Amino acid sequence: MVLLDVKKGDLVRILRLDGGTGLEDKLTQHGIYPGDCVRVLREAPMGGPLLVDVHGREIALGRGVAKKIFVEDKECE
Amino acid sequence: MRIALIGQPNCGKSTLFNQVAGYKAETGNFTGTTVTFTESSVRVGGETIEVVDLPGTYTLAGTNPAEREASRYLLSEDVDLIINVLDASHVAQGLELTLELLAMKAPVIVAMNMMDEASRIGLRLDGPALQAKLGVPVMPLVASRGRGVKPLFLTALRMGKKESIDTSNYLEIEENERMARHRLASDLERKFVKRGERRVSKRDRLDDFLLHPFWGYVGLILILYAFFQVVYGAGVLIEKPLLAYLETITTQAAAYLGEGKLFTEIIIGALQGVIAGLGIVLPYLVPFLLGLGLLEDIGYMSRVAFLMDALMHRIGLHGKAIVPFILGYGCNVPAVMSTRTLDDPKERFVAAALATLVPCAAILSVVFGLVAFYLGPLMALILYLLNIFTIALVGRILTAMIPEDTPGLILEIPPYRIPTLRTVTQKAWFRIKEFLVEAWPLLIAGSAILALANYFHAADFFNILFRPITWTLGLPAATGVPLIFGIFRKELSLVMLGQALGSMNFDTVFTSVQMITFTVFVMFYIPCLATLGALRRELGTKDMFAITGLTVVIAMITALLSRGVAMIFF
Repeated sequence: MVLLDVKKGDLVRILRLDGGTGLEDKLTQHGIYPGDCVRVLREAPMGGPLLVDVHGREIALGRGVAKKIFVEDKECE
Repeated sequence: MRIALIGQPNCGKSTLFNQVAGYKAETGNFTGTTVTFTESSVRVGGETIEVVDLPGTYTLAGTNPAEREASRYLLSEDVDLIINVLDASHVAQGLELTLELLAMKAPVIVAMNMMDEASRIGLRLDGPALQAKLGVPVMPLVASRGRGVKPLFLTALRMGKKESIDTSNYLEIEENERMARHRLASDLERKFVKRGERRVSKRDRLDDFLLHPFWGYVGLILILYAFFQVVYGAGVLIEKPLLAYLETITTQAAAYLGEGKLFTEIIIGALQGVIAGLGIVLPYLVPFLLGLGLLEDIGYMSRVAFLMDALMHRIGLHGKAIVPFILGYGCNVPAVMSTRTLDDPKERFVAAALATLVPCAAILSVVFGLVAFYLGPLMALILYLLNIFTIALVGRILTAMIPEDTPGLILEIPPYRIPTLRTVTQKAWFRIKEFLVEAWPLLIAGSAILALANYFHAADFFNILFRPITWTLGLPAATGVPLIFGIFRKELSLVMLGQALGSMNFDTVFTSVQMITFTVFVMFYIPCLATLGALRRELGTKDMFAITGLTVVIAMITALLSRGVAMIFF
C-alpha cells in the first residue's frame, strides 16, 4: 500500500521510500523517515497534494510523491 | 567576532536577526524566505560583533542551492560561534541539525525559539536537562516579541570570547548518519519534551475552512479580492485629492517661473517626478506591501501553495513555485532570487521566466493609475486575469519544450501565527525604502532629463527607435520615450507618459483602447534593470537574454490581441 491509498484521517507507518535517492533525501530532510507514523489530514482537489501530519508537523506532499511512499496500516503509537 | 545563525527553514532565524540588527532581512511565515546570507554589525554589551543570518537548512548535506550556501559558509568562513535556532514546537526535527553540528564539534548555542507557540500546543520542554545531555547551552527564546534575545547574545558573547570551546561534555554521536541522527533526535524529544493537553484553539480550526476542497478556493478568491479592493480603495482615496493639489502647485510654479523658459521646463519636469512618486506610486505601494507582509506573516502563503499545487502542475511547476509568483506581485527581484529554493535547474529557469511576467507593485501603479483610474477597477481585474492566463500558457509551452519530470511538492505548512505590528510595518518599510532611495531620485532625474530632451526636441530620436513597436500597437509616437524609461523602472513608464504626452489627465490624450494596449505591453515587456541583474546572477547572461527576448515577443502578441478585443468593445 502506498500513502496515496490511505484514507483521510487514518494513521499509518512508513515502510520505505521508493523514489530514488533524490526523493529520499528530500523527504528525510523534511523529517519523513521509514518507521515514522503519518496521518493523512486533508486532500486538495483536482489531483492536488495531500496534507499529512508527521510528529505534529504538517507537510504537503504532491500525489507523485505520495505514490512513492510505501506504508503499512499497523500499530502506530 | 562573528556569530552565525543557523536553523531549519521557518524557525525564526531572520526574525531573531532583525531583532538585533534592525530590519535588514526579509522574513515571512513560509519556507525559504532567506535565500542568501545577510551580515550585520551589532552592538552587544558594549562590543561590536558581526552577526550572519544564513538561509534555512534541514541538514548540512543539503541539496538545493540555498541549503548548500548555508553549509558552505559554515565550513569556509571563520565563524567564532554558531547560534542554532530551533522551533520549540518541533524539537526532534530541529535537533537533527544540532546533532550534525555537535558531531562536528562546532561551537554551538541552542536557541529554543517560539516557546510561546510550544506552550500553546501543550509542550513542556525541560531545558536544563536537555542542556546537560547535549553539553551545550540551551536558551529559551521568543524572537518575534524580543523575549530572551539579550541573554542569548550575552551568553554568545561570553562563549565567543573564549580561546577554545570545551567540547568534552558534548553528547557523543556514535553513529553520524542521518537515520541514526533521526532516531537519536526522536529519543531526545521523547525524553525531554512532555506532551500536555493540546489546547485546540480557533486557529487550529481555521484550516477546516481555508484548506477545504471547495471553501478553501472561495476563501482564496475572497481574500485576494478583498486585498485588491483595499489596496485600490486606499490608493484612490489618497491619489485623487493629492494629484489635484499637486497639479495646482505645478501650474502655479510654471506661472511664477515664466512659461516656455528652459529653466522652468527642467524644474517642472523634476516636480512631475516628485509628484509621480507621491501621488501615483506611493498610494498603491504602501497598502499593497503592508497587506502582502501581513498575509506572509500569518502563514497564508504556504496554504496558497497547497491549494494551487494542482493548478501549478498544469503549467509544469509545483506548488512551491507559487512563492516566486506571489513575491513577484511585490517586486520581481526577490521573486527571481527565491527560485533558488527550487531543486531542479530547469524548473528554476521556467519559474524565473514566469516570475518576470508577474506584474510587480510598480506595474500595479501603472495598471491602477491608468486603467483602474480611468476605466474602472473591473477592467484592471480583467487585465490581471489576462496576465495569469498568459503566464499559464507560457508555462505550458516552456515546460513542453524542456521536458523532464518534476519530483512533486514537499512543503511544510507552518502553523498560523499572529504577526506583530512591528515586523509587518518594518517589512513594508524595508521594501518602500528601496523605492524611496533607488527609484524616486531616478524618477525625478529622468523626468527632468526628459523635459530637457523635449525642449530640444531630442525625444523624437528615441521615439523613432521605438516607432516600429508603437506604430504596430497603434500608440502615439511619443510613447517611445516612456517605454524606454520603463526599462529603468516600470513606474517611470507612466510618469514619463504624462511628461511625453504633455498631460497627467490621460483621458484627454489617450483613447481607452490605447490605454489598454499600452498597459498590457508595459505589463510584459523587458524586465526592469534590477530584475535583469537578478536574472543574470541566478541564471547567467545567456538565460537573461533569452528571457528578455521572450518577454518582448509575449508583450507584442498580448498587446496586439488585447488591442483587437478592446476595439470591439470601445
